[in-house]
Amino acid sequence: MLPWRRLHGLLRPVLGAPSCAELNRRPCRTSGWFSTRSLSSGKPLRRDIFKGNKKAAEALPGSSWTPFEINPGLPPEMSDIVIVGGGVVGWSIAYWLKKKESRRGGVRVVVVERDPTYSRASTVLSAGGIRQQFSLPENIHLSLASADFMRNINEHLGVLNEDPVDLQFNHSGYLFLASEGVAHIMEENYKTQSDAGAKVRLLSASQLKHKFPWINTDGVVLASYGLENEGWLDPWMLLNAFRRKALSMGVIQCHGEVTDFKYSIQVLRNADGEEVTLKSVKSVKVQMPNSLEYQPVECAIVVNAAGAFSGKLTEMLEVGVGYGMNEIPLPVEPRKRFVFVVHCPDGPGLDSPFLIDYSGVYFRREGLGGNYICGASPEESKEPDVGDLEVDHQFFEENVWPSLASRVPAFEKLKVCSSWAGFYDYNTFDQNGIIGLHPNIRNMYLATGFSGHGLQHSPAVGRAVAELILNGKYQTLDLSAFSFRRIMKQEPVMERNIV
Amino acid sequence: MAANMSACLLALHRCCQYPALALVARRQWSSSPAPPPLHRRLLLFLTQQYSDIEMLISWSSRRTRKQLHKKNVYYGYTESFYGRDVASAYFVLRMKGTFRYVGQSEWYGADQRNKLGLFEDWEFLNYKERQLEEVDLSDTEINYTGLSNIEVQRSLKTLKVSHCPEVDDWFLEKLHIFEDTLEELDISHCPRITIGGLAALRNLKGLKRLNVSSLAKISNPGLVIILLEEMLPQCDITATGYKLDLDPVMDNEEEEEEEEMEKEKNLFQRWR
Ligand SMILES: Cc1cc2nc3c(=O)[nH]c(=O)nc-3n(C[C@H](O)[C@H](O)[C@H](O)COP(=O)(O)OP(=O)(O)OC[C@H]3O[C@@H](n4cnc5c(N)ncnc54)[C@H](O)[C@@H]3O)c2cc1C
Repeated sequence: MLPWRRLHGLLRPVLGAPSCAELNRRPCRTSGWFSTRSLSSGKPLRRDIFKGNKKAAEALPGSSWTPFEINPGLPPEMSDIVIVGGGVVGWSIAYWLKKKESRRGGVRVVVVERDPTYSRASTVLSAGGIRQQFSLPENIHLSLASADFMRNINEHLGVLNEDPVDLQFNHSGYLFLASEGVAHIMEENYKTQSDAGAKVRLLSASQLKHKFPWINTDGVVLASYGLENEGWLDPWMLLNAFRRKALSMGVIQCHGEVTDFKYSIQVLRNADGEEVTLKSVKSVKVQMPNSLEYQPVECAIVVNAAGAFSGKLTEMLEVGVGYGMNEIPLPVEPRKRFVFVVHCPDGPGLDSPFLIDYSGVYFRREGLGGNYICGASPEESKEPDVGDLEVDHQFFEENVWPSLASRVPAFEKLKVCSSWAGFYDYNTFDQNGIIGLHPNIRNMYLATGFSGHGLQHSPAVGRAVAELILNGKYQTLDLSAFSFRRIMKQEPVMERNIV
Repeated sequence: MAANMSACLLALHRCCQYPALALVARRQWSSSPAPPPLHRRLLLFLTQQYSDIEMLISWSSRRTRKQLHKKNVYYGYTESFYGRDVASAYFVLRMKGTFRYVGQSEWYGADQRNKLGLFEDWEFLNYKERQLEEVDLSDTEINYTGLSNIEVQRSLKTLKVSHCPEVDDWFLEKLHIFEDTLEELDISHCPRITIGGLAALRNLKGLKRLNVSSLAKISNPGLVIILLEEMLPQCDITATGYKLDLDPVMDNEEEEEEEEMEKEKNLFQRWR
């Protein structure tokens, strides 16, 4: 790469500008970018100057300062695929793209992440749960496929000569409780889940009491309990495993923020004579952290895996304004969710599954020291402000604790030891993932909007997106129900088990 | 030249695999990160230098995995000819395990020299409707997939899988299939079991005896045993091989000796 960069100037007139649109060909490194070169492309020149001054610079006191910052994290000027967002979904897609490429180094993949500490990323702020207890067959199959992936995690993500991956998976199951009003829905869901191959069992109130004596069953008429492939894991471990493996396979990571796109617009007319705009992204502008430097990365395909901020990312393409008046914006926005860590020595201990009450309150064990994490989703009208990640402790007192303590009397005595907040990548349209192309953008694939179950689906979603990109269609799991088309047609596919 | 070299490397790698397997169990509790042994460092160096060696190694590990899968694969063929119970029995014998039928006191097992020794006349093929009551698969390569071969044994009371390198948390989770009958479970010395899998044993409410000795990945055994006892109140839990005072790290040598003794005892029990 480096010598090539230096040659860049020389080769320019000879090679011209080959197209970069085809995948699976040697990634082309000469570019058609010359007219819009930015500051950063003067890198070879800069390096020479730097070299010449090196001695002088070293001679100066406090010589670590140079007028030209050499930024090692600068992305390449060109890539076949740019993945925006280095959360678990982004890295999973990167891994699967590399896994499925037809020959080594066939596709060049760059992952752009603005925050290497992941301080606001949903992945590391999640509760880490995985379950099969959904109402939509697609979601159940996604979970089953992901559980299968996790069972064989070291076959997929093991790296030669490195420690094996340990997800710290807790096989404790999920327990959903239903009141009289919603019991029939639970029964329907149970049927769908069993048909899909999930191992779930329905329990009556007395069976529930027998199996989990510490639960107060007042108001519960039915419970469903997952026997296999359910529990929780350490999200960091999964994220890191994906990242480590993808990097070992040649994915390029870059720390910077995508702040803009360069794109072209085509205006077409459909059969009814309506104007339809078709945008196509030419390059992604990556702003380097703590500096004014930026690098445009020319690419054939962009993947939007920016989680809660994916709606914002598509806004940069001016979807729904100006030319694109008729376009439908991506209905994904951040919604703040609080998680409280409580200490309760008399709690249910090792016996406790991931319990989800019909009131919306959930809890699970955290570690072995008598700690539990719990939370609930606020009412639609009382969504907290998403400007920051501050925790509203009032919320625990008013909305979480009362239901929690009435369900599990042991929780009447507890101590809140810490808390945090994270953003759901909330799909306001129907609370399900949006996977595939945006109808008005020719080369932006979406993988977002998972509304609180993205972590557990990430392995299977990554595979699905890689199939879409490299094979042009789904090959293992058909997820066409999650395409953007449903939003255009205004036909929501609702998931009933949203926590 | 290259072919020659890769051939001898492959041989080298094969030699290295066995000690490596034996090391797995002990690696976790070595307190100071000792540098990896020479052969591993050499392999690491070579894989960094030549990508074909990396290919070779990943190919060979893929092959090992495939073999493992083959051993554990579902015995559908046997089942279609002889029925489910015979298929289960055959699977246990092929894994070099032993078993006892319901209502019999005799144990059946494969002899190491004489592969299916006790069954030269394939006598068990006639026991079509006989269910297994006790199965000892200790020291075998059974894994999650293999469990599906004995899943149909609705009278299984005892399952022993101690010293099994492939028994992991997912395996434990699947044991709920025996929840109505299982009374005794031995998962001691399984290097891959963690607390995350032990939590899944809550589904085995009928369990009377549980052996969780010397699980290498349990970092605070004292607490774990108390929690297990809380979770399974009617169950008698055996947990040896842990130093329950101050530090949970085991003395390697002592452990080794103990392991040897344990192994001998097992062998003795099996071939008695
Ligand atoms: C409190 C809470 C509990 C949860 N519990 C569960 C659970 O139990 N089970 C489950 O499966 N899921 C759960 N989730 C949901 C899950 O965390 C998310 O669905 C999942 O992590 C989404 O992953 P992601 O990679 O899409 O998003 P993220 O992890 O948010 O990653 C997106 C990344 O993109 C980066 N980014 C954004 N914009 C840009 C830009 N312009 N340029 C560069 N980088 C950018 C961000 O910095 C971020 O790191 C929970 C979420 C929360 C908040």
